[in-house]
Amino acid sequence: MIPLSAYVAVSAVLFATGLLGVLIRRNFIIVLMSVEIMLNAATINLVAFSHYLEAMQGQIVALFIIAIAAGEAAIGLAIIIVVFRGKISTNVDEMNLLKW
Amino acid sequence: MDHIFFFYFAAVIAATSLLVVALRNPVYSALSLLIMFFHVAGLYVTLHAEFLAAVQIVVYAGAILVLYLFVVMLLSIKSEERYHSQLPVAGLLGVMLCTEVILLFIQSRTGAAAPAAADPIAGPGNTEMIGEALYSTYLFPFEVASLILLVAMIGAIILAKKDINEPVQ
Repeated sequence: MIPLSAYVAVSAVLFATGLLGVLIRRNFIIVLMSVEIMLNAATINLVAFSHYLEAMQGQIVALFIIAIAAGEAAIGLAIIIVVFRGKISTNVDEMNLLKW
Repeated sequence: MDHIFFFYFAAVIAATSLLVVALRNPVYSALSLLIMFFHVAGLYVTLHAEFLAAVQIVVYAGAILVLYLFVVMLLSIKSEERYHSQLPVAGLLGVMLCTEVILLFIQSRTGAAAPAAADPIAGPGNTEMIGEALYSTYLFPFEVASLILLVAMIGAIILAKKDINEPVQ
């Protein structure tokens, strides 16, 4: 059988990749996609522990994470659209206003 | 057989997540994110979480990714500079983080063997168990999650509708 640490390793690799994307990319949309990758890594972790500990709670929390990810995507993309209307750019370095 | 499936899913997940970060065109990034979501769903099936695999495909690949593609195509982004100016610092910290993770994995040898998988036909199925727990023990968090989704929906509509009459010069 596949050990638990293998699933945790996949999750860690996925989380590190998402973190890398958030830190080095400039396009706001790619940054949001990287956040989705990190949320997926957390979900894989929860589901793996839920299977190996034979407990249902992990899968329930994973379901809530998916719901939060949907909300996050909606709000984030709405913010991108508003910023793009004002500045014609999706570069995160140029978003430096709290209010206009 | 389990090993073959696991290593296939794990390899594709790692490769496509790297492609999401590295590709220049946001549309290509979104499409490799789609492939990643499908393979994560496959990983859930190897963990006997069939309901979550279905939810992953329906919600992530069906709803969230389509939203991303809509926005990418709506904004018609020209290919701009890819990376942040802090790339050297980020690379240094990333290498350090990766070594730390690898060291942790080498040191921790938790050879927890999987419990013998219950016969999927006998006994309550995965979906049934999730449903029972969700609507009894976790009823309050479930309602809170629906409230969060409602707030997100209203917020997205209000944000995207707002007219900006005087853009910043």
